[in-house]
Order: sequence, then C-alpha cells, then structure tokens
Amino acid sequence: MSHTNLIEVRDLTMRFGGLTALDALNMTVRQGEVLGLLGPNGSGKTTFFNVLTALYKATSGSIRYDGAEIIGRTPQEIYRSGVARTFQRSRLSLSLTVFDNIVIGDYQHMQHGLVFNLLQRKAFRAEYERCVERVRELLQIFSPPLVSRLFEPVETFTMIDRRRIEVCRALMSQPRLLLLDEPSAGMTHDETDELMQDILQVRSRMNQLSVVLIEHEMNVIERVTERCIVLNYGRKIAEGSYAEITADPAVQTAYLGEAA
Amino acid sequence: MTHKHAFPLSLLVAAFVGLTVYVWLFLHAESQIAVAALVAVAAVAVAAGRRWGFTRRFEEAALASPTLSRSLSLLSALALIAAFHDSHFVLLMLCAVLLYATACLGLTVQFGYSGVANFAGAAFFGIGSYATAVMAAHTQIPHLLVILLSGLIAAVIGSVLITPVLRTRGHYAALVTIAFGILFKTFLEVNDVLGGPQGLQVPGMQLFGHALNDGAPFGTADTSFYVSYALLSLGVFALVYALVSALERSWIGLSMDVVRTDETAAATFGLHIARWKVIAFTTGNFFAGIAGALYGLVSGFVAPNNFTFADSLLMLSIVILGGLGNIVGLLPAAMIVLVLPEKLQFIQEYRFLLFAALVIVILLFRPQGLLPRTTRIFFRGESSR
Repeated sequence: MSHTNLIEVRDLTMRFGGLTALDALNMTVRQGEVLGLLGPNGSGKTTFFNVLTALYKATSGSIRYDGAEIIGRTPQEIYRSGVARTFQRSRLSLSLTVFDNIVIGDYQHMQHGLVFNLLQRKAFRAEYERCVERVRELLQIFSPPLVSRLFEPVETFTMIDRRRIEVCRALMSQPRLLLLDEPSAGMTHDETDELMQDILQVRSRMNQLSVVLIEHEMNVIERVTERCIVLNYGRKIAEGSYAEITADPAVQTAYLGEAA
Repeated sequence: MTHKHAFPLSLLVAAFVGLTVYVWLFLHAESQIAVAALVAVAAVAVAAGRRWGFTRRFEEAALASPTLSRSLSLLSALALIAAFHDSHFVLLMLCAVLLYATACLGLTVQFGYSGVANFAGAAFFGIGSYATAVMAAHTQIPHLLVILLSGLIAAVIGSVLITPVLRTRGHYAALVTIAFGILFKTFLEVNDVLGGPQGLQVPGMQLFGHALNDGAPFGTADTSFYVSYALLSLGVFALVYALVSALERSWIGLSMDVVRTDETAAATFGLHIARWKVIAFTTGNFFAGIAGALYGLVSGFVAPNNFTFADSLLMLSIVILGGLGNIVGLLPAAMIVLVLPEKLQFIQEYRFLLFAALVIVILLFRPQGLLPRTTRIFFRGESSR
C-alpha cells in the first residue's frame, strides 16, 4: 500500500474574531485511505472541510494538495482539482429532480455555450442522454431504488435518500478526494447501517479514492475507517487506528471530561 | 411518442378553442354587466377546474404534447388577431400584452431562474424604446436591426448595474435596481436631447421596404394597420418564448436554478455564481429591451411616464401572478394585469389598487402563482420515465 500524502496540512489556523476554530492544525490524508475525523462538537471538523473547499479563507498555515499549495484558491478551482463533498445539513436543490441534483456534480464537463444549449438542441439532447445514462449507472451501483424515481423532485424523498443523492452528486465528478460531513446525522440506527454499507460499497468500487469522514457514530468509524484523527479545540489530540484512539486518555478526556 | 395520458387530445383542442372563444368574448364585451359576468364565469371555471382536477390534467396533457399545444396557442392568437382585424384599440392592447409578456420572459430568466430581482424592468423596456426612437428617426438602419440593437443597448446599459447588484444580496440588490429605475426616469425628464417630459415621436416601422403604418398589405379595406404590428409582436414573443423555454431545459437553466437555490453548494460544485447572475441579468435585459423597442414602434411615441417604477412593478406582478419561473403563465397574467383594468371602466382609477390587492390575495392563497412552475423534464415523451 502506498503512503503518498494527498493532503498535507501544516500549521493551519482559522480564527473567527476571537474564536479559534482551527489552531495550528497539522495532519495528512494519504492517497486511497478512508480517514475518520472525530472530535466533540465545535472541535473544528467542519471548519476544516470548509477551509479545504475554500468556503473559508484560512487565517494562516498551508494546505498542500498533491504537492501544490491550495490556500487562496477559489471553491471552483478546488472542485476542478478533484475535491467533492457532502454537507452536514443537506444542501440539495429541493425543487429540482434527482437527476438535476446529481448531474450538476459533473458541472466541469458540461458545455455552457448559449449556442449549444439554446440552438443546437439535437446535439444538446445527445449530451443530455449520455448524462442520464451516467446518472443511472451511478444510482444503479449506490442506490438502485432511486433509479426509477430519477425525475421526481428531491423534496419528496426521505432524509437517507437525500444523503445518498448528495453522495452521488459528489461522486458524479469522479473526485480524487471525497469529504463526507457526518452522513449519519439525524438517521435511525438501521439507516446508519445502510449508509455504512453504501460507504463501504463506494470504497470497494473506487480504491483510488481518498475519503475523509466526519462522524460521531463510533461503530461507523470502527468499520469504515482505516485511520482516525481526533480534534479538540481545533488541535489534533490523537491519531491512529480506531483501537488506538479509543484507548487514548486524551481522547477520553476530550469526550468525557477530566476524571474527578 | 406515447399518448397514454388520461386526457384525450380532442379535449385538449376543445379546451384551447374554449379559451380562445372566452378571450374573444372578453375583448369584445362592451357593457359592464357582460364584463362582470365574464369575470364571474372565469372565477367559477378556475375554482371548478381546480376542484375536479381538470386544470392539472389540462396542464399535464399540454405538457405531454408540447408541439401540439404550441401550435394551438399560436393558432388561437392568430384567430384573435383576425377576429379583431378592424379594431385599433383591441389590437393595440394585444400588442401591449404580447410585448409586456416578452419583457416578463426576460424578468423570468432573471428572477425566476437565477433569483436576481429586477425592479427596473420598465427602465430596460424604456431603454429599448428610446434607443429605437433615436435610431429610427436619425439613422437608416433597417428597423428589424434597430430592434435587435436596442436590445443590445439595454443589455449593455444594464451591465453598469452588475457590480452593485452582485456585491449586494437579496433586498439590497433589489434596492439597487429600484434606484436605477428612478434614476432612468428622472434622467429622461431632465434631458432635453431626448425630449424631456414630452418624450419623442417614433416614426412608423418599415419592414422590408413596406411602411406598416400605410395599412396591412392584406385583408379587406377595414383591416387596421395594427394587424401587422400585432403579428410582429406575436412573432417576437414566440421567438423569445422558444429561446427561454430551451434555456430552461438546458444546462444553463439548470445552472441558474442551482445558483438560485443554494449558492454555497453551487460554488462547491464549480459554478461561478457571479457569472451566471451576469448572464441571466444581461439576457433578461436584452429581452426587455427588444420588447420595449417594438413597443416604441407600435405606439409611435415614447415618454418618461411610460416607464415608471409603477410599470416595473406591473411587470414583476405579471411574473409572480403567472407563477414565478413558469413562462406558460405569463400571457394569462399579462391579460389580467393589463386588459382587466381597461375593461372594467369603473375601476379605471383604482387599477393599481386592483392588481395590488390581486397580488396580495394570490400570494396569500397561492404563493406559487396561477400556474406554478412544474418540475423540469428536459425532454418529454421518451424512455426516461
């Protein structure tokens, strides 16, 4: 197994006024691994995703992606370099169809010309039909029941289906790095299990893909991830396998507080 | 193509004929009692249609056979123009309805698809009118080209607003457009070159060497010369409608919808928010501009008072009343907003009161408008279901 680093984070700091959300964070994401990102609420996990995808601009520090500095790039550039994500609170366009929401994931390969879109309708239709086929294939692999409902608006779907649609949208661009922000949030026990199967499925189909998974469900972390990093107050307090981090006293303190 | 919908095509045709006859009766009605009766009939028909699902099935049937329903709509419009070939007044009104609806197609691209609220629709309409007035009077450019150029001028002047509109969000962006609309009207009033408050005369239109004001080259002796203008307005509306309809069912429409519904998600998936808003804003102003250009030629006269903030509100109320983002609703909404007050003479002075009340009632009881936008299906009648 290769251990080249896809992401190298060095001294990354993100301050919001007086609040330090990331405090000189150092960490790496390796090529092709599933990395679990843990930590109590407010420990900076989602902030890290937002800095990585350039929604926030880091106060200081560096993120190297495939060897190149990416702090200062726009979200659009980050997307084009192969990073796709989901959001903790679903960010789908509810009035649009499943197809619409997934196909936009491959925005970089769409043709946007006015002439092509408005006047060359035959050519557009051919491209459209290729896209329908691709979305179908993707759904067939990851959530077959959704295939027959491709043209229904997303607002008619349950929370777990919406999460799946979000994951498919992220996969549609064939990313190199997939960021999953607490996919099990708000799900029942059974749904969490299903979702875990989905992630394992993604994993087995695309072994080149690196995944960073923010998660509170410990059994998801245990079964899905190969390595974990625990954050607290924006700092890395532990790193290692699931067994290692759960045995770490610093982690236990962060979650349960000091022993009396 | 499959025709397995529960709504036979003959009924679809019958519904179109019925609607055409109704509009004919409505435009024809002179007495206040007849007008009031027709309004009551419409209210009952709409309520009943909704109650028994007829309206929805009609809409679905129309969506399932797009070519047929478009041809039928076009035929209805032609039939109405033919029926009123000798009435200056009605034809002028039809022109206004068609051209306002064309401008509203532009506003739909801006507001309905991309979420850029433009409260200066009448200003861009007016820029088109004034540009045409100047060009038609002082240059030899063919008039069809003048219309096109006027649209471009409206789009270019609109780009002055792009930076402030993009830098502000939501209500603040709307305020920028309101300020522009008022600025535009005031500028016209104090500017002597453009005729000041009196406005400018617009020469009659020349089309392929034929002067439209000399009378229609066809029909009987009593055929109004406005028939040519009405046909031209219909042509412009149909063309812009076809473009906007293609735009909605394309990657452009999809991108605009995603930008409107979630800017954060859009940026994360590579969409340039500013770029799409600029495209929507410019395209919309272009359509409003060409509509205004033809309107100037039709009315033969442009003045600042035709392009006030109230007119901008009128346009937005058509867009919202018809069903935000649904271009099918624009024509009926334009009919209601523009023709109804003309017909109901006794409320003439209260027309703004009427449509303000109407918009409030609609937003209270039916926030998505008369014909709510339907879910986008790129191509119907194929295996994708």
